[in-house]
Amino acid sequence: MSPLLDVRNLMTYFFTAAGLVKAVRGLEFTIDRGETLALVGESGCGKSVTALSLLRLVQPPGRVVEGELLFQGENLRRLPPNEMRRIRGNRISMVFQEPMTALNPVLTIGEQIAEVLRLHRAASRKEALTGAADLLQQVGISDPHLRLREYPHQLSGGMRQRVVIAMALACDPDLLIADEPTTALDVTIQAQIMDLLEQLKDQRRMATLLITHDLGIVAETADKVAIMNSGLIMEYAPTASLFRQPTHPYTQGLLACIPRLGEKRHRLPVIADRAATGRQAKGQSFLDGLSAPFAPVRNKLPPLVEIEPNHFVRCWRD
Amino acid sequence: MEPLLEVRDLAKSFFSAPGPLGGQRQILKAVDGISFTLRRGETLGLVGESGCGKSTTGKTLLRLLEPDAGAVLFRGENILQRSARTMRPLRREMQMIFQDPYASLNPRQRIGDIVGEPLRIHRLAKGRALRQEVLRLLGTVGLNKEHIDRYPHEFSGGQRQRIGIARALAVRPSLIVADEPVSALDLSIQAQVVNLLQDVQEQFELTYLFIAHDLSVVEHISDRVAVMYLGRIVELADATDLYRAPRHPYSEALLNAVPLPDPERRRARRLLQGEPPSPLTPPRGCHFHPRCPYARDLCREQYPVLADQGAGHLAACHFSAEVGRFRNPS
Repeated sequence: MSPLLDVRNLMTYFFTAAGLVKAVRGLEFTIDRGETLALVGESGCGKSVTALSLLRLVQPPGRVVEGELLFQGENLRRLPPNEMRRIRGNRISMVFQEPMTALNPVLTIGEQIAEVLRLHRAASRKEALTGAADLLQQVGISDPHLRLREYPHQLSGGMRQRVVIAMALACDPDLLIADEPTTALDVTIQAQIMDLLEQLKDQRRMATLLITHDLGIVAETADKVAIMNSGLIMEYAPTASLFRQPTHPYTQGLLACIPRLGEKRHRLPVIADRAATGRQAKGQSFLDGLSAPFAPVRNKLPPLVEIEPNHFVRCWRD
Repeated sequence: MEPLLEVRDLAKSFFSAPGPLGGQRQILKAVDGISFTLRRGETLGLVGESGCGKSTTGKTLLRLLEPDAGAVLFRGENILQRSARTMRPLRREMQMIFQDPYASLNPRQRIGDIVGEPLRIHRLAKGRALRQEVLRLLGTVGLNKEHIDRYPHEFSGGQRQRIGIARALAVRPSLIVADEPVSALDLSIQAQVVNLLQDVQEQFELTYLFIAHDLSVVEHISDRVAVMYLGRIVELADATDLYRAPRHPYSEALLNAVPLPDPERRRARRLLQGEPPSPLTPPRGCHFHPRCPYARDLCREQYPVLADQGAGHLAACHFSAEVGRFRNPS
């Protein structure tokens, strides 16, 4: 069976006044129906640009310059704008990091959720409001009929994120893109939201592209993981395999440098070659910064190689 | 040994503005009578969720905010009784590191001026000696000589945080309040800055109040940890004890909520229900009782005192001895 989403050689560049920034430099991954792929990396690695590229929401001076985005066999890059609008928010929807900026402050919660149903499902005003109340119930908001009449500022951060999730789920999408959905939330609320996403995903057999930097969240929710750096996937593997046998030096560094509960260490290991000086400056590759044994061929990118079934690594080192 | 700093019944309230139609001004008790000590050379971690009053606590200690009540004893002397003028020499001793390395550096000042300014203000150095001292400080925090004439926008987040640390170290303080110093940073940068904070602590014999919401980072860096909920300290203990066997249900719930970076320990989590109540209207009795799995009638009536539950482990819970029943298996 073909995957739900098949991304082939995606490249998104930004043609800025200061020069060309290759934000995404040839990405390959697939997501099956009901599967969760976590896209992990630090700021500037291209993970959010990847999400925007999928939805064709990259703004100039940025542009998708290369690649195929096959969604249910159809290349999203080839779709005319009106058909893309039918997919966006309907078959593929998105949850953003900051719920306050994703919601319109001058419309009630009810109006905003109902809008999705009226637009994509051609529901009547009344049907849409009933549907909205139903969705609020599903995302764990009590007194939904009361809440429908409230404005975003009247809700807490966790409640707002639940509303955003309700909007994203309104049309029962096949793919949910969640870009740091809990980063702005406190830890107890984060746990509630992740739990909710997990539950809804299971009920609906919905696939998820989860963009995050939190390796704890990855370990608890993802089926497979892509570790990104400088616009490229460095390692791509089933979650268990990646945590058991991290192979790329960058993955190893990321896993080593986080403090873990119940594990007191004297010092935190630091990722090689990124210490102190500004190697992480935009556009510069992690590969450029690696010391000799890791990248003996400096001018050429190492290919993504399958080291064991479904576990891929981009590294010259054996 | 005499503590470096002792806080007694510190309180700070804010008043909400009345609405457009008038009405009652509401009192928000951001810090509601907290007491703790900082021992010389230790790191006390202060954790809690947004709005629990941890940042207000940090600012009030340094008198960046004036507390409403309580005492702050620095080397045994209540600094709240000092005038603004006599406070100044003491400010040398107490510095702050801020969360946002983008907002806490003046974009129009060169790095040399940012780091040198406290030295000038406190008349500790001038001219050539000042530049020498700034260069030495930049070296201490892992920056280069060439950086001295650059502007903040030329640096990454991690480097800016290093500049903030150099500025705090310039006047040779004994106490540093670090308010979420690594939470805006990427993982790999976070590790570097945590290491740097530990290095300079040893080198300059610093005492830290480390305010953060990331429980793993706090465990890593702290000797002791205080947990705050709605303006009050609910638990205070040695870091190892508190993380191994929390004695307050809220601490237990916080620890349960942290996702573990280990797929083999994936588990059915015991989730804390509901959200923190508004600090404008804290619940009667124990503030935590509406969300607490251990709560009983007594909890609805009476706020528990922060009491020693054995071996100096303080917790404010009527049923502290029972806590642990709802801990996630690890």
